[in-house]
Amino acid sequence: MTDRPLTKNIDLSRGALSLKEYVAAGGYAGARAIANGLEPSDVLERVKNSGLKGRGGAGFPTGLKWSFVPKSDDVSIQRYLVVNADEMEPGTFKDRMLMEGDPHLLIEGMIIAAYTIQATRAFIFLRGEYFDAERSIAKAIAEARDSGYLGRDIFGTGFDFDIVLHTSAGRYICGEETALLNALEGKRANPRAKPPFPQVSGLWGKPTIVNNVETLCNLPGILAYGVEWYQSLGSGGDFGTKLFGVSGRVNTPGCWELPFGVSIREVIEGYGGGMQEGYALKAFLPGGGSTDFLTPEHLDTPLTYTAIGELGSRLATGTMILLDDKTCPVGMIGNLMKFFAHESCGFCTPCRDGLPWVDTIFRDLESGKGSFKDIDVLKDHVGYLGPGRTFCALAPGATAPLGSGLRLFADEFAAHVSGAKCPYH
Amino acid sequence: MQQHVIASSSTNARLRARDLTAEEIAEIEHELTLYPTKQAVGLEALKIVQRHQGWVSDESMLAIADYLSVPVSELEGVATFFNLIFRRPVGDKVILFCDSVSCWIMGCDKVKKRLSEHLGIDYGETSAGGEYTLIPVPCLGDCDKAPVMMVGEKMHRNLSCESIDSLLPLSNAEGSK
Repeated sequence: MTDRPLTKNIDLSRGALSLKEYVAAGGYAGARAIANGLEPSDVLERVKNSGLKGRGGAGFPTGLKWSFVPKSDDVSIQRYLVVNADEMEPGTFKDRMLMEGDPHLLIEGMIIAAYTIQATRAFIFLRGEYFDAERSIAKAIAEARDSGYLGRDIFGTGFDFDIVLHTSAGRYICGEETALLNALEGKRANPRAKPPFPQVSGLWGKPTIVNNVETLCNLPGILAYGVEWYQSLGSGGDFGTKLFGVSGRVNTPGCWELPFGVSIREVIEGYGGGMQEGYALKAFLPGGGSTDFLTPEHLDTPLTYTAIGELGSRLATGTMILLDDKTCPVGMIGNLMKFFAHESCGFCTPCRDGLPWVDTIFRDLESGKGSFKDIDVLKDHVGYLGPGRTFCALAPGATAPLGSGLRLFADEFAAHVSGAKCPYH
Repeated sequence: MQQHVIASSSTNARLRARDLTAEEIAEIEHELTLYPTKQAVGLEALKIVQRHQGWVSDESMLAIADYLSVPVSELEGVATFFNLIFRRPVGDKVILFCDSVSCWIMGCDKVKKRLSEHLGIDYGETSAGGEYTLIPVPCLGDCDKAPVMMVGEKMHRNLSCESIDSLLPLSNAEGSK
């Protein structure tokens, strides 16, 4: 038993555990539980009961997602498991740690997921810039294959399973699961219309489950130690642990595995070591670049999907980006808008044309050429680019820091216009 | 096999596919064993050719399209979609400089300025000796060690103007990727 099922094997001062070391540390016990007679339906039931939610950002219940794969005893129907390892959300640095630090945990999680949905083949869609993770995973896959953990009749279950490691070439939209599937098929990575959902018609039209790296890394613990243990780890309606990170002007920025329900204050002031001398916390994005700003008055909120949601923001990736009092909030939001404008796939008009317009206005505000009318145009775009107005979630994600920032930092926005320059420099 | 020919607007010359090398073909063939369609290998093939040639020329583009029997326009659509497929020559080493939010908060603009002064180039440019090409990259996912950049395949973390000063001669000595 452990209270750090995701990171217990991770020690960044040395390399990742080899397969032999991973097994010696209790690894592949979850996969062996399958070998001891667990049916796919048993695993699905356990994962459903565990309350595991997707860790890629949306927080959708994993077991429920899996249950949408059409049930069929026809094993000739190809099903696919796809790992979303395209970590590229601004301020997010959690999956990198798991992949570089303990690749066998991911592979074991993939075996469990693939067995449950009876997918004989999986693709890991890895961010192209993650060369260290690529090496780490490639080595682990080779070890697993050599030991018969991947390939034909794995663990004597009669189930065949193998993994292809696909490396991308840099494009944020590939993190959107249907765009990711188009990229894997060798097409431009524009998102697809839903429905049909990938669970029914995904990769090459076959039933496909796309899961985030951290989500899959939760599975070995759930099978090895049980649902009761898993649920004892979290509080506040969310179960298990989560990787929480802090970046910005704190004394010890980093990423830590902590139980759900830990307070924001504990993460920022405890693990993060508090703000650096001479800097005060002004606001923060709780879960990467696509979340609404929260402020110091929210520091005692527990980190759960529900509690952060009730504040009008999202837990999302759980990696917090801190804005300090010496950094311009307008500049910070402008930086995010530049990112979203650059990474728009260009398929739908509001996103393709709206985000560059927003980006241009931020450049004007920065250089002292902005007007009050420009600020109104920004406010309009929060609506134009919001949920339901665009083909996928990229532009609505951009409106989260934009809309909340316009409300919270109205004075700073106005000062950029009235002073015809950025008041921070 | 299809023979794709595209016209270059500047010279009106008709470009033809170059011959892929044996190494390139062997690597592409390996990828073809992993995917059920030839089209799926498009990005991998572009990356393979780029690894060998440094970038993807029109002649390479035509060669890959021919080899995979996909329309060159579709392959170009993929190539231009991705930030890290280079359709122009780049330096021996590409510097991917993270300019996203955490690095920006931690002062990456100053570091980038110093880096540009050292290399004599701005984003999108290649240094005079052809050693480095400088490109901005969205969040590299190492935000607790911001600011960061990647030179070739190597991450450089906790950057400052001083670390750029000490790093660059070092990188020069390392030679090409």
